[in-house]
Amino acid sequence: MILAVSVVTDFFQAVLQGVPPGTVYALVAIGFVLTYKTSGVFNFAFGAQAFASMVLFHKAADEWGWGTVPAAILSVLIFAPLLGFLLEWAVFRHLRTAPPLSTLVVSLGLTVAIPSLVTILLDFSPKSGSSPHGVVPDGRTVRYDPFGVYPFSRDELVATIVAIVAVLGLAALFRFTPVGLMMKAVVESPRMTELNGISADRVSAGAWALSSFFAGLAGVLIAPRFTTFSANEYFNIMVIAIAAAAVGKLVSLPWAFGGGLGLGVVIALVSTFLPRWTDEFAWLKPVQENVLPSIPFVVLFGVIVFVPGLRKAIGSSDPLAGVDPPRQNVASVITSAGWMFLALKAVLLLGAVAVVYTQADRTWTLLVTQAVAMGIIFLSITIITGLAGQISLCQGAFAAIGAFAVYQLGEVRGMSVLVAVVIGGAIAAAVAAALSLTLRQLTGIWVAIATLAFAFFFDAVLVKQSWIGGDSLARSRIPRPVIGTIDFQDDSNFLLLAVIVLAVCALGVYLFSRGTTGRKLRALGGSEIAARSVGISPSRARVAAFALSGFLAAVGGGMLVIGQGSVNYGTSFVPFLALFWLIVVVTFGVRQPSGAIVAAAFFILFESVFLKGEIFGWILRGEDNIPSFFPLAPDWRYILFGLGTIQYARHPEGVLAMSAAKRRARSERRAADKVVVDSAAELGTPA
Amino acid sequence: MSAVLELDDVHAGYGPFRALFGVNLSVAPGEAVAVVGSNGVGKTTLARVASGLVRPTSGRVVVDGNDFTRARTFQFARAGVAHAPEGRSTFASLTVEENLELSIRRVRGNSGVRAGLDEAYEMFPALAERRQQLAGTLSGGQQRMLAMVRVLVDAPKLLVADELSLGLAPLIVEQVYEMLGRVRETGTALLVIEQHVSHALKLCDRVVLLDRGSVAWAGPASEAGEHVQSQLGVPAH
Repeated sequence: MILAVSVVTDFFQAVLQGVPPGTVYALVAIGFVLTYKTSGVFNFAFGAQAFASMVLFHKAADEWGWGTVPAAILSVLIFAPLLGFLLEWAVFRHLRTAPPLSTLVVSLGLTVAIPSLVTILLDFSPKSGSSPHGVVPDGRTVRYDPFGVYPFSRDELVATIVAIVAVLGLAALFRFTPVGLMMKAVVESPRMTELNGISADRVSAGAWALSSFFAGLAGVLIAPRFTTFSANEYFNIMVIAIAAAAVGKLVSLPWAFGGGLGLGVVIALVSTFLPRWTDEFAWLKPVQENVLPSIPFVVLFGVIVFVPGLRKAIGSSDPLAGVDPPRQNVASVITSAGWMFLALKAVLLLGAVAVVYTQADRTWTLLVTQAVAMGIIFLSITIITGLAGQISLCQGAFAAIGAFAVYQLGEVRGMSVLVAVVIGGAIAAAVAAALSLTLRQLTGIWVAIATLAFAFFFDAVLVKQSWIGGDSLARSRIPRPVIGTIDFQDDSNFLLLAVIVLAVCALGVYLFSRGTTGRKLRALGGSEIAARSVGISPSRARVAAFALSGFLAAVGGGMLVIGQGSVNYGTSFVPFLALFWLIVVVTFGVRQPSGAIVAAAFFILFESVFLKGEIFGWILRGEDNIPSFFPLAPDWRYILFGLGTIQYARHPEGVLAMSAAKRRARSERRAADKVVVDSAAELGTPA
Repeated sequence: MSAVLELDDVHAGYGPFRALFGVNLSVAPGEAVAVVGSNGVGKTTLARVASGLVRPTSGRVVVDGNDFTRARTFQFARAGVAHAPEGRSTFASLTVEENLELSIRRVRGNSGVRAGLDEAYEMFPALAERRQQLAGTLSGGQQRMLAMVRVLVDAPKLLVADELSLGLAPLIVEQVYEMLGRVRETGTALLVIEQHVSHALKLCDRVVLLDRGSVAWAGPASEAGEHVQSQLGVPAH
């Protein structure tokens, strides 16, 4: 009897305990659904927008001494909607009819750009040890205990009340006012809305202001949940919130609210009722430790894979889409440059390597080696995004598998590290193929979200397992390989080895894209229906692409850690960083292998060469001549590349191909002019 | 009295593709003009220019005496140009009632919505039964009706009707043209884009024959017969 009472109490307590985090998920999920419903954009940058308002709030409240209320008004009521207007006007207005994948990439770019930009512009550097606070005084410490089971803090109460008011208010907005109706209409077809005499621009600007306001509100309210000011935390919370939003098929506000709350409560219940770790239940310890962090990602992955209605629920296509000139597909022909051009590129590249090989000091040799290894990883993005047209956000996990294989087999078990690299590649290929098989029914943004869920699952659960990563990673010492008499302990030698591996991989990518599967993938990119009708199996071709991509990423990851001599998972492979990889590659050109290689060079060397101003040191001969405003903050690379994705949406072929296309267009124009001149000459008339 | 719509040497296209090469056309108030021509001669592009969906690369578009060449689509609609586009022309993700609301509210304001909806349902009882149904689940004919009812509730100055008969059963086509006749009686000018000429000729005063992006012949409907036949290879009646 006593036992039963205590179970009931435990249950009740767990439910109440789950409410505060659940409300946080719900708030973010509601905002996310709001953006999706009113703008049609799957907006990963929502977390970044929330972060921006939170930063401004703390800057105003703490450093400028404005007091809580004016600071909240500034950051939530003024700044957040303005940011929404700006995003709509500068970016998303031009992407209204773009394919969902393009807007997804742009929102990823904004995800990395906005937090850095805001932090730099506001010169925001919180005192060490200070942590975010809420809008009510003593929010964390004053607690109320209405049921005598679990005490709520003031912050938690405020967040809960606002979430409830928000979901009711927004539901009413959509149900009873014309505003919601117009927003839904614009999402389906901006042009048809305009035919009804409604300005689509004005409606969507309003939609963005509203959803950005909501991002600001959520950002400020959930701040007390965190102990540090980190954009990463906001991104992580948002991934969990996407799981909650997915419960409502991304379009239902009440379901998103319920999903968020439910997620919080379920996590609390599981944590309460899993048997405590005693000697008797020792075998349960790993389960207990891993179930909790994995719940949101398992839910997200499960919803996407097992709820068929979800993928169909989204998007009736715009009947007037044909009014716009056709856009280029994400995946398309890997541009075949002329042989002369290829040879020129190869000579340039080899020349650069030769200079580094003979001239560079150790630091630079290691940096360039890193860039080369990164190039191998980036080739995996060329395959999966450039060729197969899928966005994978778990390339970091594949690369980490390669790194861990080298650590586990090469260091712990004493195998040759090069063999370990290949085995790691094979394991990653198998994992990637299995993942792709699970996702074979999905395309577009669903693959992106599912791979993101996998990446976070890997990050939260698998990395901590001792047979994969474990705690001892920090002390890892990866040996360099020895082949015959060549000792790659010498950094220059190892650089050469890395270049050879990169060349082999690039050649492999080239051959793959020219081969049968590559052609099938290109056909699928052109038109999936047409490709199916001639008997191409989309899932088979995509599984092959995923497997190869996983292999390349793992090989690159392995080479990277051998070069560095240790595995730094946190600085090399975390999901947020892998997202940045995609952005960099996409900016430079995701369709040709050279895009990946140049992207890798920029990714690794950008900070040293440009941000530290060393390039001026070289040009002006001497370290002393570097202009004094260097070094710039390393965050600038996030800003530049993040904003770089905006041009991607307009020119999906990337910076490199854009210049190539211009060259080609110029020469074609010249040729055409020549024809006109020739025929005019034949007819004896002036051209 | 100035023309409701005037196109003056209009060139238009989509990105690198050009569709219209110097088209001149005018529609007087209350007049019904049919634009005929075979596939791919630019009829739909002409309709889109007339309602502001496609902006001409050169030339002038004048609506009711005002220069609308650079105007936005929604400004065309507010100036009284209604467009029933080719193919699906309703918001599939909205209900029948929401579709109607969207256009009625703009013209009549919040207080007039109820009355406008009642009028619409009176005209088409079939729609009243389906008011809560998603428009995307209606049949092709019903969707066309829905698009027309939106126009009928508040008569525009000009209705651009693009291929209304496309993909409909003959019986439904009859009904659609009967409705167009009613639209005309309210004083609305019509610009009817048609591939099936006979209906259009019966309804309209004047005919514009398009060929490869420019006007091949224009004149009264009564004289259109032989020109249409020589151009399209089909008898007009």
